[in-house]
Amino acid sequence: MGKINLKPNIKNNDEFYSKLIAAHEGLSEEESIEFNSRLILILSNQVGDPEILAEALEIAKRR
Amino acid sequence: MYQIFNTPLYKYQKSTDQDSKNLSHYRVLIIGAGPVGLSAAIDLAIQGVEVLVLDESDKVSNGSRAICVSKRALEISERLGVGKKMLDKGVIWNLGKVFFDNKKVYEFNLLPEDGHQYPAFINLQQYYVEEYLVSRIRELQEKGYSIEIRGGNKVEEVINEPDKVTLNINTMDGNYSLSCDWLIACDGPKSTVRSSLGLDFDGQIFEDNFLIADVTMDAEFPTERRFWFDPPFNKGQSALLHKQPDGVWRIDLQLGWDIDKETEKREENVIPRLKAMLGEEVNFKLEWVSIYTFQCMKMEKFKHGRILFAGDSAHQVSPFGARGANSGVQDVDNLCWKLKLVLEERAPVSLLDSYNFERVFAAEENIINSSRSTDFITPKSKISMAFRNAVLELSERYDFARPLVNSGRLSTPSTYDNSRLNSLDGMKNPTRSRVGAPCPDLPFNDDYLLNKTGNQFCVLTFNCKITETLEDFFLPVKTIEITEGDENKDFMRDRFLGQYKEAVYLLRPDQHIAGRWPSYDKEILLEALKKATGN
Repeated sequence: MGKINLKPNIKNNDEFYSKLIAAHEGLSEEESIEFNSRLILILSNQVGDPEILAEALEIAKRR
Repeated sequence: MYQIFNTPLYKYQKSTDQDSKNLSHYRVLIIGAGPVGLSAAIDLAIQGVEVLVLDESDKVSNGSRAICVSKRALEISERLGVGKKMLDKGVIWNLGKVFFDNKKVYEFNLLPEDGHQYPAFINLQQYYVEEYLVSRIRELQEKGYSIEIRGGNKVEEVINEPDKVTLNINTMDGNYSLSCDWLIACDGPKSTVRSSLGLDFDGQIFEDNFLIADVTMDAEFPTERRFWFDPPFNKGQSALLHKQPDGVWRIDLQLGWDIDKETEKREENVIPRLKAMLGEEVNFKLEWVSIYTFQCMKMEKFKHGRILFAGDSAHQVSPFGARGANSGVQDVDNLCWKLKLVLEERAPVSLLDSYNFERVFAAEENIINSSRSTDFITPKSKISMAFRNAVLELSERYDFARPLVNSGRLSTPSTYDNSRLNSLDGMKNPTRSRVGAPCPDLPFNDDYLLNKTGNQFCVLTFNCKITETLEDFFLPVKTIEITEGDENKDFMRDRFLGQYKEAVYLLRPDQHIAGRWPSYDKEILLEALKKATGN
């Protein structure tokens, strides 16, 4: 892997995670998928760098 | 195997109070002889306060129950005179392994910091903790301290009056009454004191059940904590394996909320579950099994008139993180010195409001942490499950996902940042020893600093001296001079000095920091002492 940061980088992991899950509360599965799609696009724009985005796609594909 | 919890350690004996024509009155009564009630009793007794503990049973905890004792709880136990005994018997562990389905996803090491007397955690069965506390009480009794435990005394009614609390108590010889200035209710999640007064106990509605078992076996597992998310032997749930003293292993299997407790507890149902977990070939013996049900709840206020609630009677959390008994012991560590000062009329009754403020704050912190763990371990929706599983899968290969794995955030003491007892922080750093924080330990004169502070307020001077007397203060204050040397150099800078050459710290009797300054000033110190005692 090249440029992508795979070291811990989120400031308060537990708080972030609980906010992420809370954001989905009350949404239907359909709505959750839509929410996640918007979220990924917003975060991708923040990342910007095409190399990093390509690496992220590769990592997410692996199982 | 001899089981201490089958032996009555404080058998019912008729007391002269039961035949007395007049209502006997005590300064402090404690309901409940668990780790919290017993710790409170010892703390008050060694500070010279007359105390009586009532419990409806006459034995220590049945089964291992609260097995993880945190560093802070050990430090408090040290002050009470049982810390070393607990450490000697307990199992020290640092390594934790996390499994998801049938594979190990990662492991962590608690990496204990040097220069502390006590490790981050030990595992010790609750019955040992209680047994040590009871023998400490016997030792104090022999030395003439006013401390007593009465088993077989069941509180039936509590009357909270403006000037006293009256109790109606049931025994095998019939009922009798007692009164006291202050009552500490340490009578657990189903507190009779709380329900007798009709007080609230609210919280998140989630509820879960755990099959908890103590087993001895031939197979040797290493001394580590093993946690499973969704293992093949307990699909959709979690499991925990922990080593305890005497070759006893503790197993917690999550069962979910919709179960029949009596059925699950039967040996013919328990044994196959354990076999599936430990392996068919492993010979094991079941020492004890129980179903533990928890809810996340807390009272809105821990002080109601002359009644103070501590431990599970005031707050209950999920078991992930060992935040139950450890926080209960910290409750009474916070309370007892305040109660003593109020009883001696050296502090106003309003000082006890700070008990409520500080420990409600700590309970909220514990509930947040244990609720987050519960949500991670038992996701409540499909999407929450998808995120959880993604975290676990990614954590196997990528560091970034590991801090997101939440199998319980282990109990650490709260810092009372906004307490009214705090003086303005005179220093910019170190952050860990800011005003309101528990004092870190430090190697000191071939021993440890926290062993030296005693049960009163304490001034620590680092690289400086107090030449004048503090005897004209309204409270006794102990002074400890600490000079930078080989033994403590790096620790001292990291834990107390930060960017400064010298420092003065004021510690409360519960070893929380009430004030700190880069230099000594008697007037400022006296003001801080007044503030810390509500004067």
